[in-house]
Amino acid sequence: MKYLALLYGEPDAGPALGTPEFMQMLGEFESATAAMADAGILVDSSPLQPPQTATTVRVRDGEMQLSDGPFAEIKEQLGGYYILDCEDLDTALRYAAMIPSARYGSVEVRPLMVMGPH
Amino acid sequence: MAQLAGDLSLAEDCAQEACAAAVKQWPRDGLPANPGGWVVGVARRRALDHLRRESTRAGKEREAVRGWAAAEPDGSAAAGDDQLALLFACCHPALDPASRVTLTLRMVCGLPTASIARLLLLPEPTVAQRIVRAKRKIRDAGIRLRVPDPPERPARLTPVLRAIYLTFTEGHSPHGTAAVVRDDLCDEALRLAMRLHRLLPDEAEVTGLLALILLTSARSAARADQDGALVLLTDQDRSRWDRGRLDEGRSLVETALAQHRPGPYQLQAAIAACHADAATAADTDWRQIAALYSELLRFDPSPVIEANRAIAVAYAEGPMAGLAILDTLAASSRLARWPQLHIARGALLAQCGRHEDAVAAYRGALALEPADAVRRHITGQIAALGAAQAPTEET
Repeated sequence: MKYLALLYGEPDAGPALGTPEFMQMLGEFESATAAMADAGILVDSSPLQPPQTATTVRVRDGEMQLSDGPFAEIKEQLGGYYILDCEDLDTALRYAAMIPSARYGSVEVRPLMVMGPH
Repeated sequence: MAQLAGDLSLAEDCAQEACAAAVKQWPRDGLPANPGGWVVGVARRRALDHLRRESTRAGKEREAVRGWAAAEPDGSAAAGDDQLALLFACCHPALDPASRVTLTLRMVCGLPTASIARLLLLPEPTVAQRIVRAKRKIRDAGIRLRVPDPPERPARLTPVLRAIYLTFTEGHSPHGTAAVVRDDLCDEALRLAMRLHRLLPDEAEVTGLLALILLTSARSAARADQDGALVLLTDQDRSRWDRGRLDEGRSLVETALAQHRPGPYQLQAAIAACHADAATAADTDWRQIAALYSELLRFDPSPVIEANRAIAVAYAEGPMAGLAILDTLAASSRLARWPQLHIARGALLAQCGRHEDAVAAYRGALALEPADAVRRHITGQIAALGAAQAPTEET
């Protein structure tokens, strides 16, 4: 089964950029990612540029409307993702717990929907 | 079955079809050598047919299904572990806590939705909806039906223990039936607890729960009189208690407590052991029981436990002391609808010689429509108090 792990956190959660703790956190991200790759379950993963770089697209009455960023009131921001292909939920959760975001914020694990032929 | 299908609803449907086939075939062809294996075998073939038809299934899952179908040709092996795997899946932490107990009572213990609703004091549609949602999450989120690995087990245990405990409670004090005890449910809970204890012999609370079930169910035969009315613990004929179960339960609770990791099930078992140790009701060590209830309140500060402590205090220090605790509790709205509180107040008021107040308390309990056996007990108490205006049967 494929799972999408969404990494959420408040902007100031976790160690500050440029501190030794930040470097340590990066190392933990690397070792978590390496563990997933070694287990053969890592499909894809990436951090995201901050929400300020985002553009939201809506099509209403056939017209495209663009706006800057996501909703400002959302405190927890999406910071990155992993796609894992593993046997069951327990396996996905075990690896999700290795991601440092689980400590500083939260990791939401969701199964991808399997679309059958119509 | 559910392990094969990875889908509890599909498993249920196939099992039902297999039972229907048995009803048709067995009278015609005679009973098969292994009836249980026959049903599982037929159900497995139905599930396989279904899964083969389902083109959306990933190839990997189909492989797993083929592996399962090839193993255990008579379907009888490892049935206990299968049930335990189902139990842990139903109590998976990824399910919301309220749904875990509900799903376990439905899937593992086979309780009908209506009984679960009564047991959990919930409307039936709520229970039905919880079951549907939880089954869907197990299927769609890929929760596998398996016994968790040792490091995961302690965290996964609490909801499992609670589900077994609630099953036993429903069997020991059933709702919506005239029976005082439902042995089928008690036995189901006992079987689950024994199996869990065999798997996790060093978990003190598992041992505690098994001890509690043994010690409490040992008294089942003495809980009803010839007319099926409830007999209170202090009035029971102790020669009818099951000595074998009492001894087994007592030794288990001692083993558990020796590990110095106390918990609510061990403490309740210790209380039950105090009753088991007393040759007569008068010999009961009520001071010890009141102390154990105080300890239990630290784990579970519930008004029901406080009410039980009040009764123990009443026996240890006199009815006035117990009544003071109960009156405080009766003032809280949450317990006002709990018949046992009014029954206990009635008993203590009677002991204080306040007969009219006692009758009023008993009537308060009757107004809450308690189970049949409890109701007969209450009317008996009112009659014994010689109340001038005994209540007429409600129609």
